[in-house]
Amino acid sequence: MSAPHRTAEEIGRTATGPRPVPPLGTQRAVADLSHVDTTLSNGLRVLAVRKPTVPLVELRVWIPFAGDDKSHPATAEVLAETLLTGTARRDRIEIDADLALIGGDLASGVDPERLVITGTSLADGLPTMLDVLADALTGASYADAEVERERERLIERIAVSRTQPRTIAREALQKHRYGDHPAVREVPQADDVAAVAPDRVRALHRASVLPRGSVLVIVGDIDPETVIGDLEKAFGGWASDRSAVRLPALPELAGGNVLLVPRAGAVQSQIRLSAQTVSRTDPRYPALQLANLVYGGYFSSRLVENIREDKGYTYSAHSGFEFTDQTAVVNVDADTATDATAAALMETRYELARLGLVPPSADEVESVRQYAIGSLVTAASSQGGLAAQLSALAATGLGVEWLAGHPERLAAVTAEEVANAALEFFAPKRFTGVVVGDADVLAPKLTALGDVTVGEPS
Amino acid sequence: MADPELVRFTLDNGLRVVLAPDATAPVVGVSVHYDVGFRSEPEGRTGFAHLFEHLMFQGSESLEKLAHFRYVQSSGGSFNGSTHPDYTDYFEVLPAAALERALFLEADRMRAPKLTRENLANQIDVVKEEIRLNVLNRPYGGFPWILLPPVLYSTFPNAHNGYGGFEDLEQATLDDCAAFFDTYYSPANAVLTVAGDFTVEEARELIEKHFGDVPHRPAPERPSFAEPAPEGELRGEHVDPHAPLPAVGVGYRMPDPINDLDGYLANLVLAGVLTDGDGSRLQQRLVHREPLVVDIGAGAGLFGPFEARDPDTFTITAIHPHEVSTDQVLAALDEELEKLAATPPEDHELKKVTARWAASLHSEHDKLVSRTLALGSFELLYGDASLVYRLAEKMSAVTAEAVSAAAKALRPDSRAVLVIRPGSGSSDQEGTEQ
Repeated sequence: MSAPHRTAEEIGRTATGPRPVPPLGTQRAVADLSHVDTTLSNGLRVLAVRKPTVPLVELRVWIPFAGDDKSHPATAEVLAETLLTGTARRDRIEIDADLALIGGDLASGVDPERLVITGTSLADGLPTMLDVLADALTGASYADAEVERERERLIERIAVSRTQPRTIAREALQKHRYGDHPAVREVPQADDVAAVAPDRVRALHRASVLPRGSVLVIVGDIDPETVIGDLEKAFGGWASDRSAVRLPALPELAGGNVLLVPRAGAVQSQIRLSAQTVSRTDPRYPALQLANLVYGGYFSSRLVENIREDKGYTYSAHSGFEFTDQTAVVNVDADTATDATAAALMETRYELARLGLVPPSADEVESVRQYAIGSLVTAASSQGGLAAQLSALAATGLGVEWLAGHPERLAAVTAEEVANAALEFFAPKRFTGVVVGDADVLAPKLTALGDVTVGEPS
Repeated sequence: MADPELVRFTLDNGLRVVLAPDATAPVVGVSVHYDVGFRSEPEGRTGFAHLFEHLMFQGSESLEKLAHFRYVQSSGGSFNGSTHPDYTDYFEVLPAAALERALFLEADRMRAPKLTRENLANQIDVVKEEIRLNVLNRPYGGFPWILLPPVLYSTFPNAHNGYGGFEDLEQATLDDCAAFFDTYYSPANAVLTVAGDFTVEEARELIEKHFGDVPHRPAPERPSFAEPAPEGELRGEHVDPHAPLPAVGVGYRMPDPINDLDGYLANLVLAGVLTDGDGSRLQQRLVHREPLVVDIGAGAGLFGPFEARDPDTFTITAIHPHEVSTDQVLAALDEELEKLAATPPEDHELKKVTARWAASLHSEHDKLVSRTLALGSFELLYGDASLVYRLAEKMSAVTAEAVSAAAKALRPDSRAVLVIRPGSGSSDQEGTEQ
C-alpha cells in the first residue's frame, strides 16, 4: 500500500473543522395494530394480527411442554424432530412438498419449558399450512423408521452441540444455578435418546401436545376476524380436557460463588453470570429494563465500552433477561481470551457494583430510554419480528395491549427508579455463575480474585 | 407485487444514491456500501479489509471514539457493518426522526475518519477475539468459507483467509490504514441507500447537505480476480481439534454472477433441488434413505448468493459419521448430479424451490435492514438496485434444462474437496491454515 496518499492525521481533519450533530426530527407514532385476542373452543388462545407489509403470514405455536421424569427431555426432543415427518394422510416428503408449493415451512423445537412450532408461507397458502399443521397436531404418526432415523441423527447432533463452547457453558450454568430442576435438561443425553421407543413418543404426544394452555400467534396479510373462524375449523379435531403441562416454578436464585469449570487447552473462556430479577408484569420492570441496558444490554453500555472498546478483552459482551414462565433472571455473558479472563471478570463485577453506586446519569438514562423505545418500533416493523415479540409476551399471558403500552411505561421511568433498580438488582453479591476455560492457567488468578471455586457443576 | 418506488441519482462527487421510500412503519434504514472487500487486501495484510471496517466505527472529525455508537443507539437505532469478498457495508436502522443524524454519521466518517494508533491496537485485539470466538475455539469454525477457498483457488485474492492471520493483523500500520482509506473509501467508490419512512425531496436535500462536500477522489480501477478453473480434482485436509464428526466441503466454480445472471440463477435453483427440504434429492437420499450424512447443504457464495463478482463458489457441505468415508459421500453426490444432468428435474421440483424463494425474498424485504442492504449491494455489484424486486420472477423463469446443464457443469474433475478431520490435538494454535 505505497501509492501516494494522505497521512492518517491529514485524513482525520478538514478545513472547516468539526460539525454539530443534527438534532432528531419529530417521530410519527406507530399505527394501531388491528388484532383479535381470543380463545378457541378447544382452549387454545389465539392472537391474530393484521400486518400486510408483504403477502406472507407468520405463525408461532407455543405449547407448555414440561415433564419431570428423567427420560422426558430425550423423548421430547425426538418428538420435536419427528412431529412433522408423517401423518395418516401425508408422508414426510408429501408434507415437505405441500408446504414448499405455498412457499411455506413448518419447524418444531423443544426445550424444558415448551414445544414451539414456527410456520411461514405465502398468505394465499394459509389454508394449506393450517391443514398440514392440524394434521400433524392431531395425527402425527411417528412411524418407527422415522423415529429410528431421527434418533440417530439426534445423537450425532448432540455430539456436535456438546463441543460448542456456548452449549458447554450453558449446561454448566444451568446445573450450577438450578441443580437438578427439570429446567436444566436442555440437551438430552445420547444414551437416553437411543432408548426412546416410537410408542413412547406417541404416548407423549397424546399426553402433552394439548391446545388448552397453549397459544397460537398469527401475524401477516390476513383478516384477524375471519382467520379465527378458519382456525376454529382447522383445529376442531385438536381437543382435550386437560391442559398443557407447565414447568414447575424455578427456585429463586441466590448469589453465590462463580464456578470455574475446566476445559483443557481452550483459547477462550466463557464468562456467564446470573441473578434473579422480576418479570415484565412487575411495576419495577421498565426501570429494571433500562438499568440493564446501561449495564450491558446494548453496545453503548458500560460493560461493552469498558471490556471491549477500552480494553479489547472481548468481541462480544452482553447482558439480558431470560424469562421462564412467570419469573425472570438477568444473565451476563462475555467470551474472552484466556489471558484476559481474570481481568475481564474483575471488570464485569466492578461494573455491577458501579451501576448501583454511581447510578446512571441523566444522559445514560435518556439514551437507553430512546434505544428501548426505538428497538420496539423496529422489531415490530416486520411480520417475523412482531410474531416473535407477541409469542414471547403471550406465553406470560400478555398481548398486543402490553406491547402498545410499553413505550409509555418506558417514557415515564424516572432516573431515580433506574438508580433504585440498579442498586437492588445488580449488586454483585446477588450474582452467581460459571467461567468455562483453561483452568490450569485461570485458576490461580481467578481464585485470587475471590468468590471463585474450581470444579465440575454438581 | 408491483415494484415499489425507487429513485436513483449520483452526486457531483460520484456518490451513487438509492432511495426507497416506504411509509408502512415510522423507521428508516441507511447503508453505505464501499466497493472493496477482502479480495482487494494486499499480500501480507490478510484480514485488513475487515480490520479496517472495525476502525471506521472508532471516531471521525466531528465524533469522538464511541460517539458513533452512542448517537445511533440514543436515537433508538441499531448499527453494524460487514466485510464480504467484494464489498464492505455499514448500516443503521432507526426511528424515522433520526434520518438526518444517520446521514450525518455516515458522511462524517466518509469525509474524515479519525484513524489513530491507539484505536488500531485496540481493534486488533477485538478482531483477534472475534476470530477466537468464531474460528479457533469453535467446532467447524471457518468451515467452509475460510478453509475451502485455498483448496479451490490458487491466486492470493481468491485463496487467502479473509479474517486474516494474527501475524498479519498485528503488523497492520496506521499508514496502511491511510493508504486503504484514500484508495478505496472515496465517494465515487460507494453507494448510499436510504429505505423507509421519508419523502424523496427531504432525503435528497439532506443527502446533498451532508455528503455534497465530501471531496471527489477517483474510484480505483477494479482489477480482475479471474483465474482458470481447476484442471483436476483438488484435495485439501484440515484437522479440527473441536469437531466431533468428520465433514466434507466441495467447492465448484460457477457462472459469472454479474455477466451471466441467468446461469447463476440456474445454479441457485439447482442448490434448492439438491438440498432444500426433506423432498430434495440429496436430503432424501443421503440423510433419509441411505443414510450417509447428518446434515447436508448446497448453495452459491461463501456467505450466501449475490455477494460477490466473478469468480464465485458453489459449495456443498456435509457432516457425516466416522464410519462413512468422504468418497462414499462424493460418489452419492456425483450420482445424483449425473442423474440431473441426464434427465432434467420435474416441473414440480422447480416449483417447490421457486415458491420457497419467492416467500423468502418477501420475508427478507419485510425486514428493513435486509431490504436496505440488498438494494445497496445490487446497486453496487449489478448497477441496478431494482433487480432485487425482479429476482423471484427471474428465478421462476429458470428452466429444467438450465438446471440440468448447471448440474452437468459441476464436474468431479474440476472441483475442490476439503476434508475436515476431527482431531484431539492441542487447540492453542493461533493464526490460520495459510
